[in-house]
Amino acid sequence: MKHLLATDGLEPALATAVLDTADELKRTLLGREVRKLPTLRGRTVITLFYENSTRTRVSFEIAGKWMSADVINVSSSASSVSKGESLRDTALTLAAAGADCVIIRHPASGAAQRLAGWLDEAGTAVVNAGDGMHEHPTQALLDAATLRERLGTLDGRRVAIVGDVLHSRVARSNIHLLTALGAEVVLVAPPTLLPPGVEALPVTVSHELDAELPGVDAVMMLRVQAERMHGGFFPSAREYSIAYGLSEQRLKMLPEHAVVLHPGPMLRGMEIASAVADAPSSAITEQVRNGVHVRMAVLYHLLAGEDEK
Amino acid sequence: MASRPRGAAEPDGERELLSSGDVARTIARMAHQVIEKTALGAESGDLPVLLGIPTRGTPLADRLAARIAEFAGVAPPTGALDITLYRDDLRRRPPRPLASTQLPVTGIDDRVVILVDDVLFSGRTVRAALDALRDHGRPRSVQLAVLVDRGHREFPIRADYVGKNVPTSRAEEVHVLVSEVDGRDAVVLRGKGESV
Repeated sequence: MKHLLATDGLEPALATAVLDTADELKRTLLGREVRKLPTLRGRTVITLFYENSTRTRVSFEIAGKWMSADVINVSSSASSVSKGESLRDTALTLAAAGADCVIIRHPASGAAQRLAGWLDEAGTAVVNAGDGMHEHPTQALLDAATLRERLGTLDGRRVAIVGDVLHSRVARSNIHLLTALGAEVVLVAPPTLLPPGVEALPVTVSHELDAELPGVDAVMMLRVQAERMHGGFFPSAREYSIAYGLSEQRLKMLPEHAVVLHPGPMLRGMEIASAVADAPSSAITEQVRNGVHVRMAVLYHLLAGEDEK
Repeated sequence: MASRPRGAAEPDGERELLSSGDVARTIARMAHQVIEKTALGAESGDLPVLLGIPTRGTPLADRLAARIAEFAGVAPPTGALDITLYRDDLRRRPPRPLASTQLPVTGIDDRVVILVDDVLFSGRTVRAALDALRDHGRPRSVQLAVLVDRGHREFPIRADYVGKNVPTSRAEEVHVLVSEVDGRDAVVLRGKGESV
């Protein structure tokens, strides 16, 4: 693996290898005295974030540090980006300064792909930590890890992805990864929040949450991304919540074994009721915990191997 | 398994150094040595912990422990210690899958830990294992048991228990086969190089 830019086109065997590595890392780190592995000693990882983030940035930073890499965080507001430096120049600067891996979050779809093109020659690996409305592959990997842990396998399992699919890179990455790993995906959203071209995706579509709940093994609630909404996508927050929010009553409609996921940040009371977020079937904190191990596994597969060229 | 004269060449240039019976006898002898060296007995206090290094060290550790239990009447705890993340040659090869690490619930603090591996060669695996152990706790002492010592050490490391010493050339390969992984027990020598 040279870069991790998208789950669309990611080989299922490679995805499974990363998930297996993450499982082993989780097991080996459990209850040990020193939570630090020497594996990436001397490697430099830079996180380059053009958008706000808590869990993703922290998770990557912890992952890198637990593997003994040197991790440096660059945010757009505190760097020369605010002076008008282009993405390309910023990237080349980071590579020239010695980055072995750049982890990028950017509001523009396709930014990670461009970055990888510029940094290929320098041999710097690029990880997409979310680019606009395109993809967020490590989130999908940690969701898959959490579902594998709770359900045993993804093969033949049915997962509902509910809410603002249109603006969600998490949804897009999950659709590709979960189906590649053998799961069925059903998108549940109002017509205004479904992406154009949804017919071409390997999913079924529904507008009725109540009709889908009894038949799924997991439900993934998406945040309503008000910051990306310019115009009316639904009449009111209250109406959205009534139609597509996961309430306590709806939780009871799920099968006993079903898992509730949310990529965070959650809007309690909007897409998910507070009591549901804290219910035993909710795996939301496990998702965060698994996120560290999955990102360690990604860094391992990108950086621990043979030096290119 | 069909019996074959010891050392007979096989079609693919493979020579058997130990048969399945030899492997069983060798492990039994190593079990006696462990009992003697660690003064194991019914009234001994903390038992040594046997940690196998995956892949083939793990079943070897289990078998060694089973023989020790048979001869001394006490079963030492066993586990597995994967050293992949501690290797010093990670950058020279494609990423490898990790094997599982499982320490006995007793932990390893203040215990005698016996690392068990199939072949002792450069000593790099053992060095990595010592680093890995340090992150899991502080054993009272660490010993090393290997089924085959083939020489060519690159570190000041030696084994406390050796099943068989096999002088080899670097061009040769020594493979320990165990039925849990390979379907049969044997130690074979493969590859060209001068005969030994």
